[in-house]
Amino acid sequence: MEETTKRELVLHVNGEQRSIVTRQAETLLFVLRDGLGLTGAKPGCLNGDCGACTVLVDGTPIKSCMMLAIETVGKEITTIEGLDDAPIQHAFVRHFAFQCGYCTPGFIMNAHALIERHPGADQATIQEWLESNICRCTSYQEIEAAVKEALAAKKAKTDS
Amino acid sequence: MVPFDFAYYRPQSIAEATALFAALERDGKRPLYYGGGTEIITLSRLNLVRTAAVIDIKSIPECRSLDVDNGSLVLGAALSLGELEEANPFPLLTKAAREVADRTARNQITLGGNICGQIFYRETALPLFVAEADVIIAGPYGIRQCRFLDLFHQQLQLGRGEFVVQFKVDRATATLPHFHRKRRKQGEVGYPLVTIAALKKDGTVRVALSGICPFPFRSADVEAHLNDRNRPVGERIQAAVDAFPRPILHDIEGSADYRLFVAAQLLEDMLRELGDGETV
Amino acid sequence: MAVGKSIIRKEAWDKVAGRAKYTNDFKKEQGMLHAALVTSPYAHARILSLDARRALAAPGVRAVVTGEGLPLTGEDMRDRPPIAFDKVRYYGEVVAVVVADTLVQAEQAARLVRVAYEPLPAVGSPREALKEGAPLLHEHLDRYEKNKTTYPEPGTNVAHRTKIRKGNIEQGFAESDVIVETSVSFAPSDHIAMETRCATAEIWPDGMIHISASSQSPFMIKKLLHTYFGEETGKVIVHTPLVGGAYGGKAPVQLELLAYLASKAVGGRKVSVWNNRECDMVTSPVHIGLEATVKIGATKEGLFKAMEILFLFDGGAYSDKAIDVSRAAAVDCTGPYRVDHVWCDSLCVYTNRPYATPFRSFGHCEQAFAVERAIDELARTLQLDPWDVRRKNAIRPGHTTPTQVRLTKSNVGNISACLDRLRELMRWDEWQRVEVDAYTVRAKGISSGWKTSTIDTDASSGVILTFNSDGSVNVISGVVEIGTGTKTVLAQIVAERLKMDVDCVHVKMDIDTQTTPEHWKTVASRGTFMAGRAALAAADDAIRQLKDIAACVLRASPDDLEVGFGRVFLRDDPAIFLPIKDIAYGYKFPNGNAIGGQVIGRGHYILRHLTPLDPETGAGKPGPEWGVCAEGVEIEFNRRDYTYRIVKAYAVIDAGKVLNPKAALGQAMGAMSMGLSFASREGFLFDNEQRVLNPQLRTYRPIRFGEHPEYIVEFVETPQIDAPYGARGIGEHGLIGMPAALANALSLAAGVPLNELPLVPELIWRTQEGDSYGSV
Repeated sequence: MEETTKRELVLHVNGEQRSIVTRQAETLLFVLRDGLGLTGAKPGCLNGDCGACTVLVDGTPIKSCMMLAIETVGKEITTIEGLDDAPIQHAFVRHFAFQCGYCTPGFIMNAHALIERHPGADQATIQEWLESNICRCTSYQEIEAAVKEALAAKKAKTDS
Repeated sequence: MVPFDFAYYRPQSIAEATALFAALERDGKRPLYYGGGTEIITLSRLNLVRTAAVIDIKSIPECRSLDVDNGSLVLGAALSLGELEEANPFPLLTKAAREVADRTARNQITLGGNICGQIFYRETALPLFVAEADVIIAGPYGIRQCRFLDLFHQQLQLGRGEFVVQFKVDRATATLPHFHRKRRKQGEVGYPLVTIAALKKDGTVRVALSGICPFPFRSADVEAHLNDRNRPVGERIQAAVDAFPRPILHDIEGSADYRLFVAAQLLEDMLRELGDGETV
Repeated sequence: MAVGKSIIRKEAWDKVAGRAKYTNDFKKEQGMLHAALVTSPYAHARILSLDARRALAAPGVRAVVTGEGLPLTGEDMRDRPPIAFDKVRYYGEVVAVVVADTLVQAEQAARLVRVAYEPLPAVGSPREALKEGAPLLHEHLDRYEKNKTTYPEPGTNVAHRTKIRKGNIEQGFAESDVIVETSVSFAPSDHIAMETRCATAEIWPDGMIHISASSQSPFMIKKLLHTYFGEETGKVIVHTPLVGGAYGGKAPVQLELLAYLASKAVGGRKVSVWNNRECDMVTSPVHIGLEATVKIGATKEGLFKAMEILFLFDGGAYSDKAIDVSRAAAVDCTGPYRVDHVWCDSLCVYTNRPYATPFRSFGHCEQAFAVERAIDELARTLQLDPWDVRRKNAIRPGHTTPTQVRLTKSNVGNISACLDRLRELMRWDEWQRVEVDAYTVRAKGISSGWKTSTIDTDASSGVILTFNSDGSVNVISGVVEIGTGTKTVLAQIVAERLKMDVDCVHVKMDIDTQTTPEHWKTVASRGTFMAGRAALAAADDAIRQLKDIAACVLRASPDDLEVGFGRVFLRDDPAIFLPIKDIAYGYKFPNGNAIGGQVIGRGHYILRHLTPLDPETGAGKPGPEWGVCAEGVEIEFNRRDYTYRIVKAYAVIDAGKVLNPKAALGQAMGAMSMGLSFASREGFLFDNEQRVLNPQLRTYRPIRFGEHPEYIVEFVETPQIDAPYGARGIGEHGLIGMPAALANALSLAAGVPLNELPLVPELIWRTQEGDSYGSV
């Protein structure tokens, strides 16, 4: 019978293998931030309500405050630090789609996954995905514009 | 953040899972089966859940089934609500699932977790009630299959060491005319004031509700009133509402009276949409 | 060159790449300790005993700090123990701080602290607190240290009363054809910034106290550590990086005191205190509640003759900054209208609820909700168009404010122009209420708004400019970047004055109070105004120094030189010039001689002619200028089920001068969204014992993506002469009129007066069906 001691986990994060010793009960969010120094994902509620902690696990948006790090062994984790010059990042900058920036990594990861998975997403799908994240500074209008621009660009690319 | 320690296990089969549970239980570890984990993690943080071992069932193939078998849809309890939504094998269940929490959370929340967790709304139970689903349960004594509604009295009655493996829904029933509506205190994300799921089979409506009481329910009395063609619709609805189990929730989402007001209107909408034969 | 352009914010790429660091993101050093708060489960109780022995014995625990012997705190009146000692006065109040090696250990140990309470009757609303025989929260109200302009009423739950007595109220009512009285109310709510509050403290052997804090007031932290604990301000260094939203909630000093006390308790080791969401909502201060009654006397043509206003602010258990909020609402109590006879009593009342602090608009969206609902009720009584009533009473230069400041074209924006433009944008004349079908009603509602700041009369701001060897400039200012984009606007202002490319103007984003010049607090929409003036002064100072050096080299009088485009050049012949990069560190002649030295531009600004308010009449000058706005919403209401959606939201704001159009739009729309969210669905819910029932984002739910209306925002530009390029503060104004506009639209749609927030369907149903149904 295994003891409840710490474990060494090997996680695949942003294309790299990262090794970390951590409690089995530790969440992915804390391991990313405190263990691996990837502070882009943010704690906003630790309750799964706000989305500031959103990262991708095998390309799917996940609220990392509600997932155990140990569950992600063998999966591909992508954090905001793993995006490099992504169209959605450019769109956010161009459209002034953030102010304090705290919710921004979570929003971008969620939107990025949406764009990759559903470039033809309709209004209902966009709303369904993005209502998972709270922004307190903006009116969401700029975020909507940025996401739609990036979707259109992706769709054009996919169609051509 | 979980403020205590537990061990994490990931069995690859039903037998391994139940054996593990038994051993951990014997060792005083108070094990919990773990689906999406969202509830275990968030409630642990608030010290409303305490365990020394979690048994993740997501690697058990039967729990991840999404299949057709002998005219029945097989829905694994460890499928996420997001997966069920995308695959859409049972449209009424899809409608119910897509109103739970939010999309990203639903990438984790499992069917079994939504139904068996501590949060009492259990909205994905409603389509399974009205579709007369069966539940397949694994436990120390093996595997059993029962009518889901028979085993559900405010909560699914599971013995210690048991967990839900799958639900089975008759394929034809899954395509029947149906209705789903969820009304919240305000806005599009959050706990329900009233959630209604209904379907119509052979001219009779079957209705299940959540948000009214601190448990989801399907009631024969309520259905008898709603299907009573001898009475005008307004009276049927009033009688149905009077027949709701008690207590009616009266809390931060809304008052009891307001819930009943909302429920009456949603029942009216349901009867109109499912085509009652009588003008409302 | 830069002013008036939508320059992308300087830190934009850091934010979208996830590299931007907030207070809790900095590397957790080995040996840093973590704190967990033990909080009260009661809203009002005596603390009989506190036993920390089991907690102290728990693994990793280094200290448990309790309230014994601590000084009282509070910015206007010192009534608040930083850690409760003999009594708790609100649900969630801190009773102990546990310090341990890890956060998990601290949390586990916190549960082992045994506190015995004797519950006391808890008082819930201002009216309840003012009733005869209500439980008294502060028995020693007469003994608290306070500043000269705070007037508590010992023996009651009144922490402070502001009186506004302008003109002759009896005469005003005598001249009125009608008098309409309206009462409104809402419970406390929350800022819910996405970044919860966080502070660290460390005391070094040399006596220096290092604090890091997610704060709008890093410089105030220094002052208060001196005021409360006797520390020398020169020995306190506060570091504030980017802040993840604040909206006034991070202006007070609270968590920082706990971090300091925790560090002291462990011999100066570094301790981090980080709020989980529940503590951030309830333990740390909240958005103030209000019960108000407004009596307007008017002629039958709708001309305002008199306003009698009673504001009962629910300041919660301690007065801290709530007194100031109640005062600010009184200062502008009438709204932007000419009212010759004003009688206002604005009370900051103690209740057993989480204590209040400034929330974006600082008393003004609260004031506007009360008065603008009253104006609509007046219009309805007189059967006049609500827009007409506002327009004909609109305040203008030459009129006076409630505190009897005479307005000029410079110190007040043009509310008439805002109202005129709003009318056009909203197509007000085409329809105001329309029945679309049997169940669906569309309706419009409007509100005016205005605001001056009410901050310390000696509030000041400083800016330093230094140069880099490539001729680029560093702007160092004490304004905190909380999301407003002010630091980028400062770069634009400097770029404009130095006539240089804004890309070559770098901004120091973080605050380090030892090296960053002070900006009083990043509040009140005064960042651009005060820091902008300081930046202009610093730029002019740098220009003078550059010219002095260049004058030597070019053998010309400084008066004949210009600075711009990276050069100092002869005005008469620009071909004679020196590149700035060659003289920013002095100039070296070919023979090796050097003159001048580092050019360091210094600038400061202090608000002029501000005075406190007269204790009897309220007369005084609390702020430099009044920003104004006219706002509206269009809603679609379902008469059958009482649900509604907000279709469009409008604002016309007098910005003086728009320095960065997209940033200004973002601020305006963000503020509008916050106002609509507050009005339509936010608010704490309390049980009978005043315990907060919804201290999570799961149960306190702001507006989400997809629930947002279409925003239509325009700016009017009436320059404020003192302001940089004429720009007025606008960060808060979008919010001010939204709650009233929404309530006005819904009242029109539903056909019943809706005077309570939040405006949820159940409230509308209950108001329409009659009060026979109970709420929680």
